[in-house]
Amino acid sequence: MKRSWNLILWFGFVLALAGFLSYPMFFARYPITRDVPWASLSIMALGLTLIGAGAARAFTKPEQYRGKISGSILAVLALAVASAFCYGVFVSTKQLPASHGAPHAGQTASDFTLPDSKGTPVTLSAVIDSPFTPNRPGAAAASTAKTAATLLIFYRGYW
Amino acid sequence: MRSFEEHLPEFDARKIRVIAISVDTPEESEHLRQTQGYTFPILSDGKREVIRRWDLVHEHGGEGGADIARPAEFLIDSSGRVRWVNLTEDYRVRARPEQALAAFDSEIVANISFH
Repeated sequence: MKRSWNLILWFGFVLALAGFLSYPMFFARYPITRDVPWASLSIMALGLTLIGAGAARAFTKPEQYRGKISGSILAVLALAVASAFCYGVFVSTKQLPASHGAPHAGQTASDFTLPDSKGTPVTLSAVIDSPFTPNRPGAAAASTAKTAATLLIFYRGYW
Repeated sequence: MRSFEEHLPEFDARKIRVIAISVDTPEESEHLRQTQGYTFPILSDGKREVIRRWDLVHEHGGEGGADIARPAEFLIDSSGRVRWVNLTEDYRVRARPEQALAAFDSEIVANISFH
């Protein structure tokens, strides 16, 4: 009797990989799927479930389904991928140094001058004191209204 | 960053300037602005001078063990005083623009009305 290829094993593995890749490639862009990576985890969980079901039937009905060996290998690989993902999102990104010396609310921000992406020096105190210019070029030009506040976003950088 | 870009009209409406800072070179930052469509300025602290002074260095946190900035957001009022700080403990979880806008409304606008 010809044995079935047990495709859910392979489909499950593809899902596990897709769940992993979906985070950096897509879900990490949106806070709702970024802060708690539920979407990527769900896809991976579905993938692992399918692999489990495929492997289970390969072992319980070997006369009908292939996949004892491939199912075991795929299960181990998928678990490794899922573990790496969980380590990546739940452990490694929390390895941040404490920052006790950062300015607290109520303190005066210490001034600095740094070049922007065109090389033009920008001084914090000058931005704070200057009339407001819209963030978006082409947005209705502000009159002589003062800048109400300045939001500084420090970020890790782009590689 | 992307979500801040998407909310820039709300920052413009409140006359809040948005400025990003990293250790990338100006060329890298310009490339990021072009490819991602960011319109706010990105300042370059290649010498880690400001992030060191502000205690925001993540030692060996970057690729190849480079010292980079830890994610942090500061809202500074028109007198130069810091009014709101967000220091995440997980760099995946950064401030959302709504938080900064809410901080502006509660910490700055609310206090102006008393003058």
